Amino acid sequence: MSATPGAATWDGPAILVEDVHKAFGEVQALCGVDLVAERGQVLGLLGPNGAGKTTAVKILTTLIEPDRGRALVEGRDVVCSPAAVREIIGLAGQSTAIQEELTGRENLEIMGRLYHLDPATRRRRSSELLERFELADAADRPAKGYSGGMQRRLDLALSLVSRPAVLFLDEPTSGLDPRSRLGMWEVIQELVSMGTTLLLTTQYLEEADELADEIVVVDRGRVIAAGTVQELKNRVGGDVIEFEVVDRQHLTQAAEAVSVLSELRPTVDAEAARVAIRVGASGSASLVETVRRLDALGIRTEDLAVRRPSLDDVFLALTGHGTEEDNGAKLRSRRGRSAGHRA
Amino acid sequence: MSATSKTLVAVLVPRPPVLGRVRSGLADVATLTKRELLIWLRNPSYLFFTFIQPVMFVLLFRYVFGGAIPVKVPGGYVSFLMPGIVAQTAAFASFGTAIALARQIQKGVIDRFRAMPMARSAVLLGRLAADTVRLVVTVLIIVGVGYAVGFRFQNGVVPAVLMVLLAVGFGVVICTVSGFVGLAIKDEESVGSFGLVWLFPLTFVSSAFVPVLSMPGWLQAFAKNQPVTTVIDEMRSLALGGPLGLHAWQSALWLAGIVAIFVPLAVRAYRRAS
Repeated sequence: MSATPGAATWDGPAILVEDVHKAFGEVQALCGVDLVAERGQVLGLLGPNGAGKTTAVKILTTLIEPDRGRALVEGRDVVCSPAAVREIIGLAGQSTAIQEELTGRENLEIMGRLYHLDPATRRRRSSELLERFELADAADRPAKGYSGGMQRRLDLALSLVSRPAVLFLDEPTSGLDPRSRLGMWEVIQELVSMGTTLLLTTQYLEEADELADEIVVVDRGRVIAAGTVQELKNRVGGDVIEFEVVDRQHLTQAAEAVSVLSELRPTVDAEAARVAIRVGASGSASLVETVRRLDALGIRTEDLAVRRPSLDDVFLALTGHGTEEDNGAKLRSRRGRSAGHRA
Repeated sequence: MSATSKTLVAVLVPRPPVLGRVRSGLADVATLTKRELLIWLRNPSYLFFTFIQPVMFVLLFRYVFGGAIPVKVPGGYVSFLMPGIVAQTAAFASFGTAIALARQIQKGVIDRFRAMPMARSAVLLGRLAADTVRLVVTVLIIVGVGYAVGFRFQNGVVPAVLMVLLAVGFGVVICTVSGFVGLAIKDEESVGSFGLVWLFPLTFVSSAFVPVLSMPGWLQAFAKNQPVTTVIDEMRSLALGGPLGLHAWQSALWLAGIVAIFVPLAVRAYRRAS
């Protein structure tokens, strides 16, 4: 139809972002960001407020154009063919498409109309989504009366009316209470198990850990780390096995016994009668081995556990600063702890 | 991580033919019009502005202020008042447009629509179509209340219909101004507090409720020449009989001028609203 050169088919990744820059006036929101998400993968974009996560989502969903670089969704360029991108994406999260005066079902049916589904498909799809997101009982009540968690679920349902190939969730659980957050996680995990490619942004390290296959850590418009959750954790030093020896006399013997598990020397806290050893990524296996070895020597222990570094630790190790101001208190305490076990 | 992807060429998805795009665009406008009307019917504060407030104004002005305001028109103050209050209500009805748009931007509804495969103009066109329906209903209600308190059209059916159409057209034009205000301010509360600030002087410092000649000289200069007065004077001539030509021209020019300025401003604010 047009002279623009282009391939007929796409066998690259579902999301491909290359060297994208975006400035708002003086503020450089993104400076050279690269992202790749394979089909069916969950890519977690993790970073504090103002890191550029939402800007990246807005570029990928054709709401704003990048200043430089290119962004493709299923091979479709967000700048050259935004209409084609909009055909295959879904967006939910910080923004809401819910109109509170309308019922859950009305919200869904109108969305179906806007995607030009025929009336029968529209109705079936609405009922299906209401059922799946546990909103069937509230389907015919105005969304105004829904709880925060229900509204988020309805909003997510709205973004799925068209069965998008690629879904963008911009901080899907921000502002939710812990129980509703767990509910959202379940819903998202179910979605992912059906093969939807998902890009998820979050400030919650725990959330990225829970949901994402691959995590990209962004800070001040730059990618500062990328990899699987495990890879990122390993960068901080991996799992630590810790235990307390019941009989202090066995302390040295116990430390000796577990020292074969790692190239690093175990640390011994004589006062607390505790032994800690860094074992890389093999936490569970090493735990079993520890129990076996100590048992063979007849050493009794208490409080034996693997301690996995949290993504908070990762973020601190990567950036040297916290993730967010209002998480300050939490991070300060974490900082103290992680500094302790890094030493 | 993107070393191999440099060689990947973006896929080309041909755009659907123009006719199909227009047809689906119109369907989107229809859907959004219906959506806005449904919202309007469900929201008590929108309904208040449509039904209660105009009736209150008619009764207040007719019975509280009416006796104190001498006018020289056939039928007395109620005949003078009705065209004015119809225009004032049509202008105030645009407040709902500003509120609704600010709210939709703030909540992200507009962003979500823009990330969907629908005509970008559909949101604003649907809004305007729904507002037109809303204005027709509002204007007819006021005329009905006016009839109940003694107002009568004195110039025949066709001019009466033309007056209603002019009132609706005027209201739609003011909606484009309000639409811009809502899209530019983007905050429901601020719009709620300040959205009426420009509408009060514009409608009250006019010939809507009192003859302009009763105002002090410096105020008359503004009141005589501003668009609300020209539109109301034309509506009065249509309703009660009187010279039509001059005010018709002035009204048409004013309304065209406002549209020419505020439609592009509103569209620009909408594009930048992300």
